[in-house]
Amino acid sequence: MNNFGWYEPKTIEQASAAMKSDGALMAGGIDLLCMLKERLIEPKRVVNLKSVSGMRTIENGKTIRIGALVTPETIEGDANLRKRATVLAEAASVVASPQIRNVGTLGGNLCQRPRCWYFRDKDVFCLKKGGDRCYSVDGSNEYHAILGGGPCFIVHPSDLAPALISLDATVKTNTRTIKIDEFFVLPEKNVHAENVLEPGEIITEVELPAEWLDAKSSYVKVRERPSFDWALTSCAVAFKMNGSKVSAARIAFGGVAPIPWRSKEAEEELVGKEISESTARTAGRAAMADALPLADNPYKVELAVNTLVMAALQAVQ
Amino acid sequence: MPEDADKSGSVSRRKFLASAGGAIAAAGVAGGLLTKTDGAAVPKPVDEIDDVEGAVDVKLRVNGKIYNLKVQPRVTLLDALRERLQITGPKRVCDRGNCGGCTVLKDGKPIYACMMLAVDAQNSALTTVEGIGTPDNLSELQKQFVEHDGLMCGFCTPGFVTSCHAALKANPKATLEDIKRACAGNICRCGTFNRVFEAALAAAKKMRSA
Repeated sequence: MNNFGWYEPKTIEQASAAMKSDGALMAGGIDLLCMLKERLIEPKRVVNLKSVSGMRTIENGKTIRIGALVTPETIEGDANLRKRATVLAEAASVVASPQIRNVGTLGGNLCQRPRCWYFRDKDVFCLKKGGDRCYSVDGSNEYHAILGGGPCFIVHPSDLAPALISLDATVKTNTRTIKIDEFFVLPEKNVHAENVLEPGEIITEVELPAEWLDAKSSYVKVRERPSFDWALTSCAVAFKMNGSKVSAARIAFGGVAPIPWRSKEAEEELVGKEISESTARTAGRAAMADALPLADNPYKVELAVNTLVMAALQAVQ
Repeated sequence: MPEDADKSGSVSRRKFLASAGGAIAAAGVAGGLLTKTDGAAVPKPVDEIDDVEGAVDVKLRVNGKIYNLKVQPRVTLLDALRERLQITGPKRVCDRGNCGGCTVLKDGKPIYACMMLAVDAQNSALTTVEGIGTPDNLSELQKQFVEHDGLMCGFCTPGFVTSCHAALKANPKATLEDIKRACAGNICRCGTFNRVFEAALAAAKKMRSA
């Protein structure tokens, strides 16, 4: 790590101003320390968001508002979320390991940088870091994107993001409100960032709208090492039911694309139908119809279909 | 510290390593491996912890004791514990929040000491494996690790003991599944997971009947 300064702002405005002056924002700090230790970033100062008050509670009303500094461990253990936003509690319970769930934060989870090994290697000057090529295209790409890739083929590492997409959440920052469907950006639009946050912009809260609370929802994450790993594929589903039939659906995949990948194709396939292995499989195939796997990751296509089947069946169980 | 309390007079592993490291460094200078020109300072390794300009006052509460120290903001809690406070139960292995060798408790909850800055660990109660039990006064869990042979090389053991300790405190009725989940962030490269789980379950049983 470079010898950075340490800054403890008292207000979000101070934090934002410090970020614009070569400051790296730290919430839980897990991903930030990884980036610092690998010298992928060498900021002049680290700005401790935890010195700003607030952003630590879950407010239950018509909507549910979750502060940006709430940990996955708190989300996982919140009885009301478990009941009304099951997919989010389930996603929080499979984030990283207990030691990380106790420290990481909701805001940090959404802003974590990709785990692509070319990106994480400081000696590889890849497209995302301002270079002129994506080394995964002709390199080792077993964990890379099968959808939405190009010119960079990272996958978005967040578990909470697909869950929040399935609940149609809203991200609130110090300056604006952003629908979660518009929060993440594909590399074809901006290869250097994974979301639309501007310099100095800080997530303060995530709001779950009333409309999708109490939907039948679930999150399934498939990992190479089931105890502690990033997703090979994951799937978040939320269904509004009319009797035994789906009246509305929101479905998002993790681990398959540079952004948490919402599949309207799969959603449309399930509306008006009962959830069964066969309807869910048809929806999964619709979601993966446009998949373009790289040399080492065709396995992800069938795996993603099966992940959706598992999530859908679990949601209506 | 068990090493300091070594009454047999034998050289402890830690003291041996410390003096051997010094000897290697001295040999390096003599052999011209470290370039030193015109009195200019020898470049320091990136991770060396020292008090230079920019160091900040940090107050840590570890195992009930207060420690005041001056560290650069980039010093992790783990390095502050091990290199500055000589609290060496937490082990530095991956230094990237993958292996769990450095697990300590922050306000009772397991965290990776390598993934938190020392300056960020203030205002909380920190507990290392030394605070869970000592060689003369082992906790029930530690006794069961001995009883069930819950270690091979032992390097991961402080982390496993700390994770299991937190799990049993949170839930004295922890099942095998609960223990496995609590240990998901710890790795034993010798592969003695089953013995660790047996030890934790045996401790839970003993603690419930006590």
